[in-house]
Amino acid sequence: MSDIKTPIYMDYSATTPVDPRVAERMCAFLTPDGIFGNPASSSHSFGWAADDVIKQARKDVADLINADPREIVWTSGATESDNLAIKGAAHFNVRKGKHIVTMKTEHKAVLDTCRQLEREGFEVTYLDPMENGLLDMDAFINALREDTTVVSIMHVNNEIGVIQDIAAIGEICRDRKITFHVDAAQSAGKVPIDMETLKCDLMSFSAHKIYGPKGIGALYVRRRPRTRIEAQIHGGGHERGMRSGTLAPHQIVGMGDAFRIAKEEMATENDRLLMLRNRLYDGLKDYEETYVNGDLEQRVAGNLNISFNFVEGESLMMSLKGIAVSSGSACTSASLEPSYVLRAIGRNDELAHSSLRFTIGRFTTVEEVDYAIAQTRAAVEKLRALSPLWDMYKDGIDLDSVQWAAH
Amino acid sequence: MAYSEKVIDHYENPRNVGAMDKDAKTVGTGMVGAPACGDVMKLQIKVGDDGIIEDAKFKTYGCGSAIASSSLLTEWVKGKSLDEVQAIKNTDIAEELELPPVKVHCSVLAEDAIKAAVADYQSKQ
Repeated sequence: MSDIKTPIYMDYSATTPVDPRVAERMCAFLTPDGIFGNPASSSHSFGWAADDVIKQARKDVADLINADPREIVWTSGATESDNLAIKGAAHFNVRKGKHIVTMKTEHKAVLDTCRQLEREGFEVTYLDPMENGLLDMDAFINALREDTTVVSIMHVNNEIGVIQDIAAIGEICRDRKITFHVDAAQSAGKVPIDMETLKCDLMSFSAHKIYGPKGIGALYVRRRPRTRIEAQIHGGGHERGMRSGTLAPHQIVGMGDAFRIAKEEMATENDRLLMLRNRLYDGLKDYEETYVNGDLEQRVAGNLNISFNFVEGESLMMSLKGIAVSSGSACTSASLEPSYVLRAIGRNDELAHSSLRFTIGRFTTVEEVDYAIAQTRAAVEKLRALSPLWDMYKDGIDLDSVQWAAH
Repeated sequence: MAYSEKVIDHYENPRNVGAMDKDAKTVGTGMVGAPACGDVMKLQIKVGDDGIIEDAKFKTYGCGSAIASSSLLTEWVKGKSLDEVQAIKNTDIAEELELPPVKVHCSVLAEDAIKAAVADYQSKQ
């Protein structure tokens, strides 16, 4: 274990390193001897060459989700895709209605976009997840109205890794002619997605969550039945008018290659990640008062979000020297609020403060997982020995019955 | 969060961790904070016949700076009179540990903890 290289990266849901195979190829699209042309320059060979590689990358992205390349719109990332999808569809359908349905556990890129639409006069229903993090389908159906025009539900949650049943949600939306948007930033390349069978109209992607570069993403916009959105960025009419701005071939090639590799390697990679995730969980689950946040079955392979009651997440991370993870603890956020996702699934503040999110990926090794287990165990034991709450729990005191002086 | 070396030292090697008999007449216990807020400090002092604090122990649930604030406090209060320790200000702790602004509330909690421990001791006399 001594030859392990630290710090160890276990925050793959925040971002991933670019796969070296991808990074190498990207460099060929920048310099004078590379393909640096503007793909929109239709009058010379520099432009044509760039346009050709964009076409291939568009196909690579489309192939991962079994879509038509013409359904892919390049953006700067999933945040922009979410904005374009939700604002674009809400604005386009404004004469049909002004009601949007989403979930409280969505990414801020969806929630803040919905907040902005509320300021513009739209009405938004934010649904609570069930305790396992999944959407309650009955509550969902009940929330839909005559004037509902857009539903936005993420495929895989970034904090707790749970996988929503977007196939079932899509059927319900299609029956009611509601535009259905899915934020798939955390699911592409990790969960199979088939646009031929899914009744999903808009889907957001990011490259840097699946070993591509930061700063590039895409929005899938369905052609049949045709989904219409209003552009949010104007100037030049690129991307069939839906998203203007000169395309970035090096970024786009990086995203295309990352998606192609993901399609080729997803099945074997998932088996390996699941083995590692189970090894990590098995190494930690024997502690009492330990809780997995979110459903353990309906979950991506690389995510383990776990709360160790009576220890605080930030101090846990301080003890995990050499391991990069994240926590739902308030102390790690500027707002001093604990994770809104963990609160939404009904975790009390204590458990939200006590959570660690391990997200593992392509370059995680068995040795690294074993190192993380040993470090985490040492940290939990040290901090529980230091915790007055642990003592009280051991003395049989019900912490909920104590009158705390909130500050 | 970039912590000072002093915070990290107290976090890595906390001083005076432990508990004393809270029912003893010579022991004063202060417990402040709330689990929902992410920090709870328990500070105990043992006071001698001469009114000087002989020993201090703490246990803290909270972030690194909360643990460091309470650890430092136990060092400071030993050998001091009750009047002296009640004069300890949160700003003294924040300054000594070079706490970032967002963590100053941890030092406030420590000041509250020693005041509560002294009050508990005095109520027993």
